Amino acid sequence: MNTADQYLKTIYVVQKQEDGPASTGSIADALGVSPASANEMIGKLEERGLAEHEKYKGVRLTDDGIVKARDALQTYCIIERFLANVLAVEEFREEAHELEAVIDDTVAERLDTIIDRQPECPDCFDPETDACACLEVAAVPAEPER
Amino acid sequence: MVEVSVSQRITSDDQLARLLQIGIVLEEVVEARAHHHYESLDAELDEEVETLLSDAAEESAEHRARLEGLIEGLGVDSVPFDEIESLVDARYGRTQPDDFDGVLYDQLCNEETAYKFYDDLIEAIEGADAEFSVDRDELLDTLEAIREEEAEGVSEVTEVMERR
Repeated sequence: MNTADQYLKTIYVVQKQEDGPASTGSIADALGVSPASANEMIGKLEERGLAEHEKYKGVRLTDDGIVKARDALQTYCIIERFLANVLAVEEFREEAHELEAVIDDTVAERLDTIIDRQPECPDCFDPETDACACLEVAAVPAEPER
Repeated sequence: MVEVSVSQRITSDDQLARLLQIGIVLEEVVEARAHHHYESLDAELDEEVETLLSDAAEESAEHRARLEGLIEGLGVDSVPFDEIESLVDARYGRTQPDDFDGVLYDQLCNEETAYKFYDDLIEAIEGADAEFSVDRDELLDTLEAIREEEAEGVSEVTEVMERR
């Protein structure tokens, strides 16, 4: 997932959480970057017609932005679910964040063929827990992580 | 500096090991599917497709062994093949392609995905300044050789598909 997709996913989640435009500060916090970096990328997303920025209010994704953001969120859910249920990784949220940049959508799609994802994905993503609400972490396979 | 502020680098042995494990799973998926197709189409199997599938399964097993060698060097366990095989069987039984075209297309997706994965992984390792407990040159040589074979796999399947 490239950097732009990581931003789109984050804006989408923050926008839902805040029930309105996502503030640059919240986006920067969620991604662990500086507000200046966030602003720069938001500018790029605006140029590509994926987001709109309103001064003092924040960022709102356009319809095209939402489509791409939902795809990115789905890819992220696949990575989390794969790590938790196939590789039995306990710290799957942290690892998903670390690895998402290296896992491409096409790769995630293939990993998706061996996991049980719910049809409502990615609407089941819960920003509070940073994970899919349907993810059964307790049902981890017998193999220990290491 | 936006590009590096969100991590696109591999910073530790653990991350590298995890990515190599994902590579192993992708190879296992290819192997299990090729085997599955091979068996399910048994009755009317065409020699060309048969050879292609058995070569693909063999090559995946070999890639898997090479990746296992690397993650062993990192002190991490591999992913047990029988578990992945049963997952593939459980999921794949529902969406099984029922003709040669479907099988070939699936095989093409497998090879393309694997190629893309190794390509991204190599790029991420090249962009990383972390020290790994495996020799960096050996790591990159191994992954580049595997990537090359995936690229050859893509052209082989494409050739067969175009001829049909």
